[in-house]
Amino acid sequence: MPAVSMTVNGKAVTADVDPRTLLVQFLRENLRLTGTHVGCDTSQCGACVVHIDGIAVKSCTTLAVQADGCNVLTIEGLAPPDGPLHPMQEAFREHHGLQCGFCTPGMVMTAIDIVRRKGHELDEKTIRHELDGNLCRCTGYHNIVKAIAAGARAMKGA
Amino acid sequence: MYAFTYHRPTTVRQAGNLLAKDSEAKLLAGGHSIIPVMKLRLAKPSALIDLNRVEGLSGIELKGRSLVIGAMTRHVEVATSPVVREALPALAELAGMIGDPAVRHRGTLGGSLAHNDPNADYPAAVLGLGATIITNKRRIAADDFFKGLFETALEPDEIITKVSFPLAKKAAYQKFKQPASGFALVGVFVSKRGSDIRVAVTGAGANGVFRVKAFEEALKKRFSPKSIEGITIPPDGLNSDIHGSAEYRAHLIGVLARRALAAA
Amino acid sequence: MSATGIGMPVRRREDIRFVTGRGQYTDDITRPGETRAVFLRSPHAHAKIKRIDTAGAAAMPGVIAVLTGPDLSADKIGNLICGWMIHSKDGSPMKMAPHPALAVGKVCYVGDPVAVVIAETLAEARDAAEKIKVDYEVLPAVVEPAKAQSAPAIHEVAPRNTIYEWHLGDAKAVDAAIKSAKHVTRLDIINNRLVPNAMEPRVAIGEFDPGTGNLTLWNTTQNPHVARLVISAFVGMAPEHKLRVIAPDVGGGFGSKIFIYPEEVVCLWAARRVGRPVKWTADRSEAFVADAHGRDHVTHAEMAFGEGGKITAIKVKTIANLGAYMSTFSSSIPTYLYATLLSGQYDIPAIYCEVDAVYTNTVPVDAYRGAGRPEATFVVERLVEVGARELGMDPAELRKRNFIKSFPHQTPVIMNYDAGDYHASLKKAVELADVKGFGKRKRESERRGRLRGLGYSTYIEACGIAPSQAVGSLGCGVGLWESAEVRVNPTGTVEVLTGCHQHGQGHETTFAQLVSDRLGIPIENVSIVHGDTDKVQFGMGTYGSRSGAVGLTAVAMTLDKVVAKAKKVAAFMMEAAEGDIVFKDGKFTVAGTDKSVAWGEVALNAYIAHKFTGSQLEPGLKEGAFYDPTNFTFPAGCHICEVEVDPETGNTEIVAWTAVDDFGTVINPMIVEGQVHGGVAQGVGQALFEQAVYDRNGQLMSGSLLDYTVPRAEHLPSLKVDMTVTKCPSNPLGIKGCGEAGAIAAPAAVINAITDAIGTEDLHMPATPASVWAALRRSGHFQKAAE
Repeated sequence: MPAVSMTVNGKAVTADVDPRTLLVQFLRENLRLTGTHVGCDTSQCGACVVHIDGIAVKSCTTLAVQADGCNVLTIEGLAPPDGPLHPMQEAFREHHGLQCGFCTPGMVMTAIDIVRRKGHELDEKTIRHELDGNLCRCTGYHNIVKAIAAGARAMKGA
Repeated sequence: MYAFTYHRPTTVRQAGNLLAKDSEAKLLAGGHSIIPVMKLRLAKPSALIDLNRVEGLSGIELKGRSLVIGAMTRHVEVATSPVVREALPALAELAGMIGDPAVRHRGTLGGSLAHNDPNADYPAAVLGLGATIITNKRRIAADDFFKGLFETALEPDEIITKVSFPLAKKAAYQKFKQPASGFALVGVFVSKRGSDIRVAVTGAGANGVFRVKAFEEALKKRFSPKSIEGITIPPDGLNSDIHGSAEYRAHLIGVLARRALAAA
Repeated sequence: MSATGIGMPVRRREDIRFVTGRGQYTDDITRPGETRAVFLRSPHAHAKIKRIDTAGAAAMPGVIAVLTGPDLSADKIGNLICGWMIHSKDGSPMKMAPHPALAVGKVCYVGDPVAVVIAETLAEARDAAEKIKVDYEVLPAVVEPAKAQSAPAIHEVAPRNTIYEWHLGDAKAVDAAIKSAKHVTRLDIINNRLVPNAMEPRVAIGEFDPGTGNLTLWNTTQNPHVARLVISAFVGMAPEHKLRVIAPDVGGGFGSKIFIYPEEVVCLWAARRVGRPVKWTADRSEAFVADAHGRDHVTHAEMAFGEGGKITAIKVKTIANLGAYMSTFSSSIPTYLYATLLSGQYDIPAIYCEVDAVYTNTVPVDAYRGAGRPEATFVVERLVEVGARELGMDPAELRKRNFIKSFPHQTPVIMNYDAGDYHASLKKAVELADVKGFGKRKRESERRGRLRGLGYSTYIEACGIAPSQAVGSLGCGVGLWESAEVRVNPTGTVEVLTGCHQHGQGHETTFAQLVSDRLGIPIENVSIVHGDTDKVQFGMGTYGSRSGAVGLTAVAMTLDKVVAKAKKVAAFMMEAAEGDIVFKDGKFTVAGTDKSVAWGEVALNAYIAHKFTGSQLEPGLKEGAFYDPTNFTFPAGCHICEVEVDPETGNTEIVAWTAVDDFGTVINPMIVEGQVHGGVAQGVGQALFEQAVYDRNGQLMSGSLLDYTVPRAEHLPSLKVDMTVTKCPSNPLGIKGCGEAGAIAAPAAVINAITDAIGTEDLHMPATPASVWAALRRSGHFQKAAE
């Protein structure tokens, strides 16, 4: 079994993995970072979005071995356990951008990536378009869109 | 997924050798075509040869009247490249319509072409611009490359290294999405480069991407939506599925072609 | 009013764990020594199983056991059941076919579980499952409800594949009204089959403790106690007191996680057989054939009109597809949750509804958000809208003329509406939607080559499910009360145990708001406990928009008992008469004096018991209550949808949405609005995108998220949401419920808007671009555009 080494949420990890191990499996099962979710098997839902070297990817469509040597950030790594929430996390909470919470980690990770690419002033149309790869069944997206717009602005000061 | 062996070559030559040695091996580019298929156990490669650490497969370069793009160039790079946006804006637009942002961060030009999904976007641009696919062995004209559903002219040990897109005077892509998958229910790419006029259609053909000769002929007089008004596309040979009948797809080809021409 | 009291948009307490990835969903749980289960499912819609050879699979690496239906029978594990008895017109009971958790002798739909592999790892279980050899004799399949009754019988117990032929109402009165009508509107309606697709796929973990003989099931369920009851009393897995069901954080349900499923039964049973925990996690594509589907009606409906557009009768004939087996509550959905709502918001003298429920070779069908009420609303609201068009009347005016104006109102179909103001919600919606300006907007759209349409849906639903005696008389096998327990700790903090279960609704916040409001204590000092049969004594779970109206009322009743007891304690502390104690803002005061004690002091004194003797007062501060509602609740409202259709492609864009709902008392408006948003999204999904499509052989063509469209952000508009309030008189809080309203209201509003835009009624859901384009072509309207 090939060995993989990567940095996950700032911590170096090394493990031997079956090549067929998906990054999301590696995170959830090997590292017990269960905040990254699996909502589908066809790369449609985005519940599994994490950042690899600062860029949003679907960890259900990425092999763990492909992340060898990379820097991986998951929802658990956004804010210190006892510290304040990341501005985007706070915005989702403030604007009721979540109900069951299952899609939320992927939404938040995607939202932060949208800000990276599109900046801090996001209009509704842009946000809806950029959420193309994330499904939510609870909120109708209405409050997610509001949360991302607010979170993007809040990240400017952060 | 079935078990497989994983290789991570650093040169095209190494990758080619690995591929030549094992007829059941597959190349891994962005992974966004092959990994989903493997997860559903619809493909059973003995090995995956990861191209992500291979030198020199990525990049965008303007060479004379052509735009040369490395096979491992991600969709997002094509979509946002100032070079592409300047030289061939229709190609950047098309790349920005593939999948979703996270998919565009990983998916590659070469991967998409080698997979040749009948609903993928890139084949429309490659055929619609008359691009040349460059492999570790040869150069293949777009017209000779696409051989049907998930079939290409690539030989078992052949690796796409780059694609050369001739710059068109006018070009545009119009996509009508299948709303569940985000793939093209129908996508139409039109281009004009001197007397070379091309109209390529993805999503609709029962055998994958194809050119619409009737439109191309009509457009020779004038490259305008008006020129193809009244020309109907027969539904024969078009896909019919739960998302749309062959008649509907045939109709959409006309609508999207006119819109593309208006935008070009 | 405090910042966390009733009516305040308190930010959700549960969100901290969800936004940080620290929620604990069932799949996040790993038990020591855990094994993984993979189900082999039938590839055929209908077949006899001639032989199953598991030897090859059993010999695969990592395999612990391969189990089949006969193993289950040998261990005397019983069948799954449907818990609501419906009788046919002729008095005969519904025809419930045996439903084993693993197929025995035959399979009845694609996805029917045939065998299970238990292995060390998921990959090993999958590899082994492929090695099971099943010899099938394929039988003819039927998938369409309209064809079921003339197809070969799937189950011996049900000739003509007919489960029941039920009816409600007065056929003679309806026929007479239709005969003498000035106008009759007739419609053929298909209510499309939906796949619920909660974002969290279902998961079950079974565990057996040989030391105690206890079984534990961690499960993605909306109602852990009902799951325990059915798995114990009917399936016979273990006595109720030896079975614990835990529903941790659950990622959405929408009805699909109410039911008792084969996989849960099998994981428990297999855990006991192999002596190790057994975990099953559905893949999304597996969920398409493993989770109960929703809707799937074929209906012919008629509405009779008299003078001045007065509705005089409705007549409905529906064939309801219940799939291959009867799921837990399937029988009630197209009957008592459907036909009883056919009066809508209107005063209609005569209604008659016939429903034939049929078996087909498809996934079982059961409740999905709204459950029966969206189907009823679609029938009524399409009839009214089309009726108005045929009569040349304004659709809002026709509705107004027929609205029920005084309450209580007894409909001809069982329901007794207790309160409402349908004019108020319509009026407010019409203003917010700027219906006046629609003509101008329509002309502007036309200039851009777009067709604009506007559609109403003035819906009603029956929620707060439900008075036990009433549902018992209609065939329900259980009571639908709810329970609560309030435990006050000596330091004054409070734990509330509820039989409701949250899977997105935010009970941990709204329930705590009530407690904070009533006891005058900080919301931080309240915790809400739910989802574990070892903690909560019993409860009926969350569905049917019942948690607020029923569950929270049980909490309110319990709080009354707690306060009554606390007053006694306070009286002893202040040496006053119990009758003189006043409780307000967290303080107990002797009336007319400045003597007072705080909540925390009273709590402490209840436990230290220094101020009273055991013969005077029982120590402690803990109470419980069961609340059984006396009536259903009747949320209602008006939704207005405005669309633009591109006649060239058939594509519909929803350009504006206005919702004005009457949910009675609102505990947390932020959460209630969120429920409306989500409901509308699912209703729009049904109207525009979603459909489970089977081919003739019973293969599910839309069997993954690549082919089944769950709406995306770009498919939906921002929504204007507002409210009117008439309090519900049947519960002390005045709550009606809000969880399903959007899904109930939306489909009719969308289709009414599109048909308004395209000028033809010949359009079924989902109104995909292809089907709108085809409708335009058939109708001959806008000929040029559609060519």
